[in-house]
Amino acid sequence: MNYSLLLQHYDLLLIGAELTVVMTVGSVTLGVILGTVLGLMRLSAYRPVRWLAGLYLQIFRGTPMLLQICFLYFALPQIFGPTIWSNPFLPDAALAGIVALGLNSGAYIAEIIRSGIQGVDVGQTEAARALGLSHFQTMELVVMPQAFRRVIPPLCNEFIVLLKDTSLVSAIGAKELMYQARAMGAKYYEYFVFMVGAAIVYFCLTFVLTRVSGYIERRLAVSD
Amino acid sequence: MIKVSGLHKHFGANHVLKGIDLEVPQGAVYCIIGPSGSGKSTLLRCMNLLERPDKGHVFIDGKDITAAGHDVDLLRTEAGMVFQRFNLFPHMTVLGNVTLAPVKVRKIPKKDAEKQAYEVLRRVGLEEKALAYPRQLSGGQQQRVAIARALVMKPKLFLFDEPTSALDPELVGEVLDVMKDMAKEGATMVVVTHEMQFAGEVADEVVFMDEGAIVEMGPPGVMFSRPENPRTKAFLDRIL
Repeated sequence: MNYSLLLQHYDLLLIGAELTVVMTVGSVTLGVILGTVLGLMRLSAYRPVRWLAGLYLQIFRGTPMLLQICFLYFALPQIFGPTIWSNPFLPDAALAGIVALGLNSGAYIAEIIRSGIQGVDVGQTEAARALGLSHFQTMELVVMPQAFRRVIPPLCNEFIVLLKDTSLVSAIGAKELMYQARAMGAKYYEYFVFMVGAAIVYFCLTFVLTRVSGYIERRLAVSD
Repeated sequence: MIKVSGLHKHFGANHVLKGIDLEVPQGAVYCIIGPSGSGKSTLLRCMNLLERPDKGHVFIDGKDITAAGHDVDLLRTEAGMVFQRFNLFPHMTVLGNVTLAPVKVRKIPKKDAEKQAYEVLRRVGLEEKALAYPRQLSGGQQQRVAIARALVMKPKLFLFDEPTSALDPELVGEVLDVMKDMAKEGATMVVVTHEMQFAGEVADEVVFMDEGAIVEMGPPGVMFSRPENPRTKAFLDRIL
């Protein structure tokens, strides 16, 4: 095994890692926005709204992530045209991957948000309403700030899952970390070396995320 | 001040309030007693529309608050409510708890709201705890903050839902003292309680409820010494 290849080509792994991070940040952002909307929809007083959000969750949690990625990248252009993923910022496959991961994680984050809100004692809502606060004010000023503390740990967990799941986007040719490792492994027929190299980079990234989430959790525990 | 007429409330198949009529005049203290599940709390919660009655009306100052077309959020400020479990907002200081509604509902400038908050905190004897968080306070102190939070809105009447039931026995007195002061100062109060001594001292009328109806009511002297209804008598015998 020729480990010096790693030193020779570590820049390619880092370029891959960069795209991995970009895709993670992009899909996390999309997932949190979508998940918050879906989570609130799940708690709506209107049955059709709840039902719609429930249907979304069923679909995205009930089908494989890899299928969703491929569906967006290969199937959608057959309907909406081959250039739908063209954009000035990112490779087409990376953008399709971000959207797919964001749509998927939105379903999981919705459940985190919903349980976070439901975990806030109903007495808090009653006290706020009894003081004359509107439904919206009650959510904004009383329920959401308390729900926020509860959802931070599971959200951090979801981010870590998402970071690792970006590797699936290599299947549609986004040149992120996993793709680079496979490409280099194939080029030199030295899979072992490059897989180990990629694993180390993934591990470092998740390790940092774990530490950050642990820190936030402790901070929140202090002020609780 | 507040008048309830023909009030009915169901929870599913459970008929919780079966036609309640009650009128509390200005400045009066009414204590509602009765076994658990008798509908006392539900009646109280209907008085500020935390529960929507299925039938019947609630009038505050002659205004039918159960009629359609009112701003319910605004109506709720007419009646200050104190809960069994305090329900202070844990992520805000005492001052934050007390100023939230004046600032957000009454739109009073923050500075003025804080001045008023300190005034009501002084009334409940907790001025020096203004910057503490609820978790740093004892149960009795938390409930006094909850009372201050209601007081600061200057509501027309106060609704107390078993305000001392969640407290350790040695902390009950400080909360009842604050309530007695309020009564002395002429506040209109409806109190669901198991504190018979408090009811005896402070109440103008004691209302006995059982199975979703008012069985009997009268001044505490009469109710506690010679109740007419055998159910009232049986209940009082059990707890006095």
